[in-house]
Amino acid sequence: MENAFGLIYTGDASMQLRDLTFSRSVAAVPFGGRYRTIDFMLSDLVNTGIYNVGIIAQRNYHSLMDHLESGKEWDLHRKRDGLFILPPFVTHDNTGVYKGTVDAIRSCMGYIRRSSQKYVVLMGSHTIYNTTYNEMIRSHIESGADITIMYNNVENYDMSEQFDDLRLKLDSNGRVIDLAMNPAQPESNLCSCDVFVMEKSTLEYLVEDAFAHARYDFMSDVLVRSVNELNIRGWEYKGYVARLNSLIGYYRHNMALLDKAVSKDLFSSEHPIYTKIKDEFPAVYVGEGKAINSIVADGCVIEGRVENSVLFRGVHVSPGAIVKNSIVMQAADIGEDSYLDYMILDKGVSVGRGRNLSGHGSYPVILRKGTKV
Amino acid sequence: MPKKKMIAMLLAGGQGSRLGVLTKSMAKPAVPFGGKYRIIDFPLSNCVNSDIDTVGVLTQYEPLALNSYLGSGQPWDLDRMNGGVFVLPPYVSGSEGQWYSGTANAVYQNLPFIDQFDPEYVLILSGDHIYKMDYAKMLRFHEEKNADATIAVLTVPMDEASRFGIMNTDEYARITEFEEKPKQPKSNKASMGIYIFNWRILRPYLVNDDKDGSSSHDFGKNIIPDLLRAGANLYAYDFKGYWKDVGTLKSLWEANMDLLGQRPEFRLADKDWRIYSKSPAMPPHYLGELADVTDSIVSEGCVVYGNVKHSVLFTGVHVAKGAYIRDSIVMPGAEIGENAIINKAIIGEGAVISPGAVIGSDPTPEDGVYDTSLSGDITLVANTVTVPEGKRVPVGMIVK
Repeated sequence: MENAFGLIYTGDASMQLRDLTFSRSVAAVPFGGRYRTIDFMLSDLVNTGIYNVGIIAQRNYHSLMDHLESGKEWDLHRKRDGLFILPPFVTHDNTGVYKGTVDAIRSCMGYIRRSSQKYVVLMGSHTIYNTTYNEMIRSHIESGADITIMYNNVENYDMSEQFDDLRLKLDSNGRVIDLAMNPAQPESNLCSCDVFVMEKSTLEYLVEDAFAHARYDFMSDVLVRSVNELNIRGWEYKGYVARLNSLIGYYRHNMALLDKAVSKDLFSSEHPIYTKIKDEFPAVYVGEGKAINSIVADGCVIEGRVENSVLFRGVHVSPGAIVKNSIVMQAADIGEDSYLDYMILDKGVSVGRGRNLSGHGSYPVILRKGTKV
Repeated sequence: MPKKKMIAMLLAGGQGSRLGVLTKSMAKPAVPFGGKYRIIDFPLSNCVNSDIDTVGVLTQYEPLALNSYLGSGQPWDLDRMNGGVFVLPPYVSGSEGQWYSGTANAVYQNLPFIDQFDPEYVLILSGDHIYKMDYAKMLRFHEEKNADATIAVLTVPMDEASRFGIMNTDEYARITEFEEKPKQPKSNKASMGIYIFNWRILRPYLVNDDKDGSSSHDFGKNIIPDLLRAGANLYAYDFKGYWKDVGTLKSLWEANMDLLGQRPEFRLADKDWRIYSKSPAMPPHYLGELADVTDSIVSEGCVVYGNVKHSVLFTGVHVAKGAYIRDSIVMPGAEIGENAIINKAIIGEGAVISPGAVIGSDPTPEDGVYDTSLSGDITLVANTVTVPEGKRVPVGMIVK
């Protein structure tokens, strides 16, 4: 057990993911055939030995609550601590609509105060990776830092997708000497993974102080401004990081799972990723049904051809249908002799017989939840 | 404790010796089935889907795998405040204690367990059958007939009837005679080993049966004939649908094959009658660029680069490139090496088939004589066994 609790902010403005977040927060966006983004954060925390987790919900959190239920799938259905969903509410000093992350964290000060652990792992909800935080927490304590930021080295960052892009410059001792938020010309390849470890008391102080000075964004108003006053350090993560900061990024990171090295990194057997169980039957290949270079989840019935695609649970591909280079979410029904190429089908989409739908590698086309073609 | 209308007692103590080495370290009900399930998931899911929330599981042979699998019963929604799933091994009370000596004795030894729920009816199930059945319908039949006991029966081909316990009934489905494996069967209604009893009536019979030293303490052999002799109201409930006793390697293999095809004999893809099981937290399966998988079931966590035809792959199975699997069932976590060939075989949990090995090859004189009484033409590799590189295992051999 670590002497820490987790606090996940799920209110990220999420227009970048377009129709994917039409009816849900980024935290509830489906990923990798059977998961939601929040599964990775929760599993990382639980695999670390952190069993006290607060989730700050803001907009569209129905889908998220439906997914999380009591938290039992992540072993977070506990008598002591466990999972706390912290939705906005209106009180005499709280309007229910947050002005920014500082405001959102401040609104759940009650939960933070009640948490008995000394350290907090504060995280956003659109960055996916599979790790444990034990080493990071250890290094935070040993270094005597006020805040430790997890980062990774990004080589091919597509500037057109830039979103919540916090760049770190480190001195030779690993101390952060400069932070830049969404720089037009980044001077560093070190990009924050949206994970911050600090003492609970530090978080309490920083949030109250920022709020008192009408500063509302934790990254740009608190961290960037206090690089010189605070001892902020970096902790490098070397594994695969998927930032869901644009629709094309979302598409690419799902497709990256077809690469054995990436899927091994994100789904290690030592650190399993837990998710809501649906009790689907195992996938069946029937008749001419076939799939190559694809990820296929339980509950799928494959009677057509699937290539270079990610199929979520309960997808039906009818005879004669061809699905290529596509992401097909839960319970989609692909009609006979239809053809899909570079498409993203949200949950419950149905494609009629003989339809021909194509996007392009540079611009996959998305069909909103429940669309009938 | 609030009174229950009906509770289920699931007989899961069978050793399953005809499944050979598959049941060396686990009871038959814990044997994997259908890609992601274990045999016991079927009766348990039937209970839950029939609104039965209290199930006693009677175990005595190698109970560890079964105990740890059942846990709190949560995967079947059987972690209940009042009721749920209970593992009931034999126990010692005072200076006395004994193993379960028969199906009726196993239930007799758990009288206090049943009494605490004060049920009107007790449903007796066995843990080694694959089927989907609504026990609530059977109970309605039982109530309508005002029966003392109801026995589920399956219509079997007349020429096979002599292999079963046969119920002879009158035109109102009332049982007039019970014959165990009759040479000259008068009917083809075979007992499925599924009984509903009025607890008030069954209880004294269990107590008396225990006192009878000559009894083999078996429902089919003793309790049912005793009830018939006493003129009790016994009815036969006709079950229509798929039902398979997976007590032998052949029937286990067949039942898995019955899941395949355009119109499978037994359909798992049934959203109205879900089969629940414990989930292993594995990612969806991946089929590689050169994978060629047809007419098969593939479960979560599988990674396939080779060829798979008409087979069932359980969770976390790896199939290397060039490997060829046909008409086989490959149990959880098994690894099939490059260019290995698997033909009409059962590969046990965690077994490793090294590159180039051939399982189920044509026998040659140097294979000599080996025992195929359990396996027939199905080749079996036991759990966690490693078959060395290039090794040939002839048809019907059991590798342990």
